[in-house]
Amino acid sequence: MDSRDTDWDGVRLHVVTGKGGTGKTTVAAALALALASGGRKVLLVEVEGRQGIAQIFDLPPLPYEERRIAVAPSGGDVYALAIDPEEAMLEYMEMFYGMRRAGRALTKMGIVDFATTVAPGFRDVLVTGKTTEAVRRRGKNGKRIYDAVVLDAPPTGRISRFLNVTQEVAGLARVGPIKNHSDLVSKVVKSPETAVHFITLLEEMPVQETLDGIAELRSAGLPPGGIFINMVRESLLPQAALDSAVKGRFDVAELTLGLKAAGLSDGASSTAEALAEEVAEHARRTVLERAERASLAQETLPSYELPLLTDGVDLAGLYELAEAIRTQGAA
Amino acid sequence: MKKPAVLDVDAILDDQGTRIIVCCGAGGVGKTTTAAALGLRAAERGRCAVVLTVDPARRLAQSMGLTELDNTPRLISSPEGGGQLFAMMLDMKRTFDEIIEAHADPERARQILSNPFYQSLSSSFAGTQEYMAMEKLGQLRRSDEWDLIIVDTPPSRSALDFLDAPERLGRFLDGRFIRLLTAPAKAGGRSAFRLLNAGFGLMAGAMTKLLGAQVIKDLQTFVSALDAVFGGFRQRAEMTYRLLQAPGTAFVVVATPERDAMREASYFVERLAEERMPLAGLVVNRVHEPTAAALSAARSAAAAEDLESRGEHELTAAVLRLHTGRMQLAAREHRERDHFSSAHPTVPVVQVSAMSEDVHDLAGLRRIGELLANT
Repeated sequence: MDSRDTDWDGVRLHVVTGKGGTGKTTVAAALALALASGGRKVLLVEVEGRQGIAQIFDLPPLPYEERRIAVAPSGGDVYALAIDPEEAMLEYMEMFYGMRRAGRALTKMGIVDFATTVAPGFRDVLVTGKTTEAVRRRGKNGKRIYDAVVLDAPPTGRISRFLNVTQEVAGLARVGPIKNHSDLVSKVVKSPETAVHFITLLEEMPVQETLDGIAELRSAGLPPGGIFINMVRESLLPQAALDSAVKGRFDVAELTLGLKAAGLSDGASSTAEALAEEVAEHARRTVLERAERASLAQETLPSYELPLLTDGVDLAGLYELAEAIRTQGAA
Repeated sequence: MKKPAVLDVDAILDDQGTRIIVCCGAGGVGKTTTAAALGLRAAERGRCAVVLTVDPARRLAQSMGLTELDNTPRLISSPEGGGQLFAMMLDMKRTFDEIIEAHADPERARQILSNPFYQSLSSSFAGTQEYMAMEKLGQLRRSDEWDLIIVDTPPSRSALDFLDAPERLGRFLDGRFIRLLTAPAKAGGRSAFRLLNAGFGLMAGAMTKLLGAQVIKDLQTFVSALDAVFGGFRQRAEMTYRLLQAPGTAFVVVATPERDAMREASYFVERLAEERMPLAGLVVNRVHEPTAAALSAARSAAAAEDLESRGEHELTAAVLRLHTGRMQLAAREHRERDHFSSAHPTVPVVQVSAMSEDVHDLAGLRRIGELLANT
């Protein structure tokens, strides 16, 4: 593999998690684009049946099939795969036991419904199994098919259980094929080839969940990767102005003069009052964000900041995020 | 475009006929906070309300003084006027254990509770949590100790999951596969095998290969034990489902004014209509409303550019840039709401402004309640 001198050289499986609403799927997609840039081949995997990848890339729903969905900056391909546990199970049975027909029979009997209801650990093993298979897969020349795999994983609250498959199925299957399979998965997940990244916002609850998630991951023996702070608003105002706004001492008279100078003379002073209110709110927000940033910094993990896309996330925005990921050395 | 009707939260809370409010929506939109705020407001308007929450963020739980996860409603507040607010956190495993203990003889209950499959089922997140939330809701409703129950739906991968969960679990326990697994035991192991010979043989072989013999044995024990307990599991699920369709129930869909959350809200509204579940309306949470809204984004940007090009009033220019960004955000949020309302013109909507801080105490919840009620 070519060395790019990024923070995650040698990592082949990037697991992306985050609290709902933090933009986990968006960041996973941007990370895949960033990793693929410069002529590499990256697989972006989704596992929760939400078709989030298709929505972000503005595509029709993805089938259970690896297909090329985007071209990365300066060459490189992003492939996508929406894993369906049922299909993964059929494939698994065929691959390991040559039992496709029996597999179909099981599906008809509702065993997959059964497995996912009674023991979600099984479902997770199938899904992570398919993902790690893509990580390990080699072409005829003996080289790995994908330079990297990005997994849009379940949310932070569920990530440790999801990845800690061996533990999850241990109570159910102490020996036997499921156990062997989960051991294989676990070997990849716990290897230095895997990094688990957390997506967060600079808000209390997502930050708290990130810190809890990191602690939980560590206690499960899985090392955390990086922290991606999403939707960061650039601070337009100098610190001194923010400080005085927080204390309610923002210079409204000066602002009124400025508005008049800019040709906004009509009702300039009431506009200035209203604007000062916005500044004060922005300033309070900034103070909070600073505190949240400090809590995250305690973790001493590599951290990256992604800008808030004011026009919403579209394809152009995705490339912008990919660029931010590249320039900060995450890919 | 015609403006959508405003969701009248107080009318719902004051209507003694409203017995259940279900808050649903995508993850991270503030469902739990909304549920808690509605509960407090209801109590302060004289109702005896209980908030059943599934997985609250730690601080929100603390804001209501909930520290224990003990599956029992705790008194949070007794405001003047005779109302009361209770809250409880769902302990999924405990709820499940209690059902087993209530319906099985001690020996059988012990068998089930110690089975590895039961342990996985009862402590896992998928499906069971939704079902147990609904089960607990049914229990609270039947106890009739509260005249209003507000429930917050589990943080499912999809907000629709909880509607399907009871049926899925019911279907699963009544399903062909379960009957196959339990059939040999029930029929003394002979006739059932003969009847289903071809299919079952193929399946049993495949399953043993796939899962291993011990797993199959555990499974079989589990299923037959559970089967005896849950003769009418599906019936229970259907009862809960009908409870949700009853006129005393009001569904409140919660979303933030962002594309994904609004899309999920749309799905939910359509799905509720399909299931003939009574929808009260949509709460659009965390809406940004610039105070200087009279100054448009375009004029603000032009003025900032003018100042910048002349190198004057740097601070004013920066404030105008800040305002421009806020106006653009507000416009985007507006588009998302309009989009929803043109697709669902009859759904009443209420907006809740973004707060700069998370809720830490009852005062914070009260403030949210006021915003919800438009006061």
